[in-house]
Amino acid sequence: MARGLAPLLTSRTMHELSIISSIVQIAEAEVEKAGAQRVESIELDIGELAGIEFSALDFAWEVGVSQTVLESAERHIHRIGGEARCSECETVFDMQALYDPCPSCGSFFSEILKGKELSVKALTVT
Amino acid sequence: MCGICGCGQPNGAVTISKIDLKRVNFGKVTPLQEVSPLGHHDHDHHHVHAPAAKQAPGKTVLQIEQDILGKNNLLAERNRGYFEAKNILALNLVSSPGSGKTALLERTLADLKGEIPCYVIEGDQQTSNDADRIAATGAEVVQINTGKGCHLEADMVNEALRQLKPTDGSLLFIENVGNLVCPAMFDLGEGARVVIISVTEGDDKPLKYPDMFHSSQLCIINKIDLLPYVNFSVEKAKEYAQRVSHITEFIEVSATTGQGMERWYEWLRKRRGA
Repeated sequence: MARGLAPLLTSRTMHELSIISSIVQIAEAEVEKAGAQRVESIELDIGELAGIEFSALDFAWEVGVSQTVLESAERHIHRIGGEARCSECETVFDMQALYDPCPSCGSFFSEILKGKELSVKALTVT
Repeated sequence: MCGICGCGQPNGAVTISKIDLKRVNFGKVTPLQEVSPLGHHDHDHHHVHAPAAKQAPGKTVLQIEQDILGKNNLLAERNRGYFEAKNILALNLVSSPGSGKTALLERTLADLKGEIPCYVIEGDQQTSNDADRIAATGAEVVQINTGKGCHLEADMVNEALRQLKPTDGSLLFIENVGNLVCPAMFDLGEGARVVIISVTEGDDKPLKYPDMFHSSQLCIINKIDLLPYVNFSVEKAKEYAQRVSHITEFIEVSATTGQGMERWYEWLRKRRGA
């Protein structure tokens, strides 16, 4: 890890770094299982309501994956937009923020259908 | 799960220590005793380092669909099972720094003493100052210092529980690191999440940090004795929080004067019985 950068990263973007470290653990276990050497590309599903700041993830990625199987992996992020169903009138609508009201009836009571995803979808290993 | 999986981090970035009241030295930052390092490389796997000389022939695409928080969630469920089996009500207390979490706990522990056995896990980046304050009330407490980490994770709580050994039927308060962002994502296995805001903060906190309010079942509004002096609308704060989560309940208190505390204790008694 680049030492000079670490304090800045950890104070600003720590939970994204923690998420990256979990991704690294998943990738390392898969690489070992497959008897491969490294990851060539990784596909992530990340919902826009999952609590991840995409710019922070970008910022922390390089340091987070340094000296791991993901070091030179190409990263593909599928951003999944938020979608909710209104609990009052059942309208399904796009949700940008957790406090968005239903566009039809104005209610704040809704159930999230999409946007909370946080998973490693696929890895290409060599 | 470690906070930073970079290889430049020394072992033992996270420390977990039982607080012994006899050793507490008020006013000073005491070095932690009986430190059990949650080893940075204490994983059940080896780090496979960047490509060695040999290159495997061909490429393999692995469709794994693995939840990134899966390991933490699994450990959280183990903690939850432990709490259920021992009939322990565990609460994850989250807030910004300075909302009065520790003061609220101090008063709660003093008032419930003799009625309900209480245990505390304190999470902070550094120092055992808060745990020392809790230990002074006579409650059993374990301090987790997360080092650079900005939130508690389920494995840290699991390790802390081994030291704390809470009794059956007790109440466990887990005071998370003061931070309204990061702790929202990490389930610790708690029975309920309690978010605390104080009237010296903005009443729009629920809209600024919606994730935390979305995942909390109770919102405590603290420092209400200061309402005459600050520009904070309790009604607005509640309305904003309800936009984010319609299941959140509210209790207004002053941990300093004791106002409203009885409602909080009623909530605790009800939850314990549930």
